[in-house]
Amino acid sequence: MKGMIFNIMRYAVHDGPGIRTTVFFKGCPLRCQWCHNPESIIRHQEIIFREERCLRCGDCFSVCRNGAIRREDGRFVYVRENCIQCGNCIEVCYAEAREMAGREMTTEEVMAEISKDVVFFDQSGGGVTFSGGEPLLQHEFLLSLLQSCKQKGIHTAVDTSGYVSPEILGQISPCVDLFLYDIKILDEARHRQFTGVPNRLVLDNLRRLSQWQKNVIVRLPLIPGVNDDQENIRQTGSFVASLGNIDEIHILPYHHTGLEKYRRLGLAYPLPEVAPPSPESLDRIVNELKRFVKTVVLGG
Amino acid sequence: MTKRVKILRQQSLNAVPYISPERALLVTQFYQEAGFLSVPMKRALTFKTIMENKAICLNDGELIVGERGPAPKATYTYPEICCHSLEDLDILNSREKIPFKVEAETRRLYREVIIPFWQGKTIREKIFDEMTDEWKAAYQAGIFTEFMEQRAPGHTVLDDKIYRKGMLDFIRDIDASLKALDYHNDAEAYYKQEELKAMRICAEAIVTLAHRYANKALELAAQEKDTVRKSELETIAQICRHVPAHAPENFWEALQYYWFVHLGVITELNPWDSFNPGRLDQHLYPFYRKGIADGSLTREQAKELLQCFWIKFNNQPAPPKVGVTAAESSTYTDFANINSGGLRADGSDGVNEVTYLVLEVIDEMRLVQPSSNIQLSRKNPDEFLKRACKIIRKGWGQPSIFNADMVVEELLRQGKSIEDARNGGTSGCVETGAFGKESYILTGYFNLPKVFEITLHNGIDPRTGRKIGIDSGDPETFRTFDELMEAFKRQMKHFIDIKVRGNNVIERLYAEYMPVPFLSILIDDCIVKGKDYNDGGARYNTNYIQGVGIGSITDSLAAIKYHVFDEKKLSMRELLTALAANFEGYEKMRLLVLNRTPKYGNDDDYADNIMRAVFEAFYNEVNGRKNTKGGVYRIDMLPTTCHVYFGSVTGATPDGRKAWTPLSEGISPVQGADRHGPTAVLKSAAKMDHVRTGGTLLNQKFTPQLLETEKGLDNLAHLVRAYFTLGGHHVQFNVVTAQTLRDAQAHPEQYRDLIVRVAGYSDYFCDLSKTLQDEIIARTEHQSF
Repeated sequence: MKGMIFNIMRYAVHDGPGIRTTVFFKGCPLRCQWCHNPESIIRHQEIIFREERCLRCGDCFSVCRNGAIRREDGRFVYVRENCIQCGNCIEVCYAEAREMAGREMTTEEVMAEISKDVVFFDQSGGGVTFSGGEPLLQHEFLLSLLQSCKQKGIHTAVDTSGYVSPEILGQISPCVDLFLYDIKILDEARHRQFTGVPNRLVLDNLRRLSQWQKNVIVRLPLIPGVNDDQENIRQTGSFVASLGNIDEIHILPYHHTGLEKYRRLGLAYPLPEVAPPSPESLDRIVNELKRFVKTVVLGG
Repeated sequence: MTKRVKILRQQSLNAVPYISPERALLVTQFYQEAGFLSVPMKRALTFKTIMENKAICLNDGELIVGERGPAPKATYTYPEICCHSLEDLDILNSREKIPFKVEAETRRLYREVIIPFWQGKTIREKIFDEMTDEWKAAYQAGIFTEFMEQRAPGHTVLDDKIYRKGMLDFIRDIDASLKALDYHNDAEAYYKQEELKAMRICAEAIVTLAHRYANKALELAAQEKDTVRKSELETIAQICRHVPAHAPENFWEALQYYWFVHLGVITELNPWDSFNPGRLDQHLYPFYRKGIADGSLTREQAKELLQCFWIKFNNQPAPPKVGVTAAESSTYTDFANINSGGLRADGSDGVNEVTYLVLEVIDEMRLVQPSSNIQLSRKNPDEFLKRACKIIRKGWGQPSIFNADMVVEELLRQGKSIEDARNGGTSGCVETGAFGKESYILTGYFNLPKVFEITLHNGIDPRTGRKIGIDSGDPETFRTFDELMEAFKRQMKHFIDIKVRGNNVIERLYAEYMPVPFLSILIDDCIVKGKDYNDGGARYNTNYIQGVGIGSITDSLAAIKYHVFDEKKLSMRELLTALAANFEGYEKMRLLVLNRTPKYGNDDDYADNIMRAVFEAFYNEVNGRKNTKGGVYRIDMLPTTCHVYFGSVTGATPDGRKAWTPLSEGISPVQGADRHGPTAVLKSAAKMDHVRTGGTLLNQKFTPQLLETEKGLDNLAHLVRAYFTLGGHHVQFNVVTAQTLRDAQAHPEQYRDLIVRVAGYSDYFCDLSKTLQDEIIARTEHQSF
């Protein structure tokens, strides 16, 4: 079986317990305006262009048969709409200015990568985390990986938006040791405004996981001006508390590192300028949430 | 830290290293007047002269007494080994990095007394006289270095014997050996007699030195107004009368005894890797427990004594080095490396209360000397490792971490007994040894990428155009990668032959002309055998050749295998042309080999198998060759600062490295070549068979953010444990951002106290050469993801 993966990160230490390998699936049903992994959004391959590395040698220009690279006073401009992602330009770009985001991989290929760090998982109580994008968007591929991990005794975590059909969630959940479950905004309209989708399904699915007695850590990406208001924090805390058996929230403070990635993909950054949350506001929010759940952690 | 320790520590930090001519003068005067003596007796009486006449320096407030020179950081010279020329002295006085102040009076004494006497009579001159032309050609080309050309062999560490025996006990042992000599059947009886008599004189001489300190302490006590200090001085006098003549009876005496022995070893000659007490926590534990139990010692007192002891090491810079030796080991640090933890002789967990006390001392003292490490066994508790990681997190590179179980396995493979192996540890940078029983000499670094460069030029060094290697074939005619590897192996054999022949001569020169009867008292079984340490008196005698640049040569071979032989994207001629041009005009080819080649350090078997093949070739060429002391040659994989020197004589390499820039260091990947995080680096490094070395050195750099939290710290500990499960020998960490280091380069005045991990030791960043600073900055920085 094959899936579309855009990165496999070893020594990932913020996506669950211990030392982990995180497998990033490409493609996501949400359109969160703050997304810091824009290359994860679209399901198919894309070309990343780092102009600062470009030697202006023109090799990419010579091999492109689709007019996706245009010469413009000494520079080589990428015409994304003409590109068919054939990869010829990447093959000749030794400077690594051009790179393909997304790679079709088989279950065996991904497992080979995961298996490399088993000694570190065993030592640290770590394992593998499937993240994205939205890993459940490629649920059959995800399931085959989860089953392979279970066979090898590797701890599995799934980092999900929860925006998925309950049947699919039910299918994969027996093979998942830990869910890292994003809760973004409790207000339905604002959720739709900032993520492009309603939140009913997300909240219902979290209730299901709770009923199925799954291990869940709720993750709250904290975006100033979007979801850091007292109202949203209180609603989030109270919703999680109402489930009864979920007692850990991780706050993921907004950061700027995604901005550069948008430029490399030729995308506009959807969110207006936002400053990362201040230490004081983070303190306030941690304390607020602690009224509802036992463990509140800053960062993953 | 007590007020006393604060003051002494600050004094030590402020003291400026300078050359003291005291020893050189005493030795010269003695040799000028010496009569008809055997060599060991001559050396013993030289030692005695120094012990009887050197200035006695007892600093205000100190509890552990004794300086090598007349003041802290006054540094002796050893003209019988290497007599500095006036030009050397001027360089030492004025060089930008690692200078030693030279007073006009010292220069005058050198000009009028010391140089005229020693010119033509030093070991260094004798060594260079005895070396063959091909040795000189290889040495000058930077194929290898020679440790013994200006420093004596040394490279040994003490075990627990001084905590059980006083010098008077050793004298009894010596007398017994003398009595047992068989002049009728043993042709060597006379030599043994002279050596044993020499040891006896040295044992008495070190007691004399201690008594001189006792007298000085009493003299100061008589003038002392402060009653507390007065009584301390009286106690010091008592201690110096008791040790080293007798076995120590308490914690304080144990430390003071060791310190006299230390001074003796580093004064007798300038042996490499200043002596050190080795498994200090094991040795001190019985004294600590006894003192706590009978109320004569508190934890705080023990800590203060240890801290005073620490400062003593920091007061003794490494002897001044010049030329290539200064380049391969450019530091004031003399590599005394204190071991903590590990196993006891019976195989049980060695971590005890003193272990934690020592870690506390390391943390608070934050000194580059002594160096410190933990010996981590699977039997040691995680708490011990965590405590060490908390110090590492502070970012000044200490302590480093060794795999105690692997160290034992390495020693067992070499044929040591299980007890000797468990009582062993690591010293210098990363070198494994059977403490108190082994002479494990580092003979010099070996430039693997340079040998490969010469292979690519069929025996010619492209830097000079001289033919210094053998005809191993024109690489353009090689049809397979194996042919290239075979050619490399033949060149390597040629140079190892030259190196080993040279060392077997040098070893004899030290055995014949420069015995060390004082050190021989301390290392088993010199007294029993009646043989000097430099002549095979030790129970185990190992010589090491240290391979440098395994990352660089692996990536270079990988580039050729992949692009020339497998993918056929490049011809050998094109590649050689680009190398000759230092890639100028060939940037695209450089990027191809740099970015599109499997590289060591990424857990990629393509590259890692090449690393293993190079390792095997080096191992097979060196391991098991006989030395002249009844032991064999073995390999180590460590660089100190030699990867910078070796890089400076090596042209552009097929991995995309530009000419004259540093090579990879230790067994670490090429700077920046590892792109898959620390676990991939550790996996790659663990594919080397560490057990067949006497030590490997792996550097890792982490951003401070990655270790900020408790979880970050746990993960660091897990990384270490997992690496050791895979059979790694050693790992050490720099926890500092490249940005901080760049800022320190730009504003050194604001970063005078910034300490970083270099190779097997830590050093002040500002004391490092610009090239070495750049190399450390270029090391891959593992960040938070």
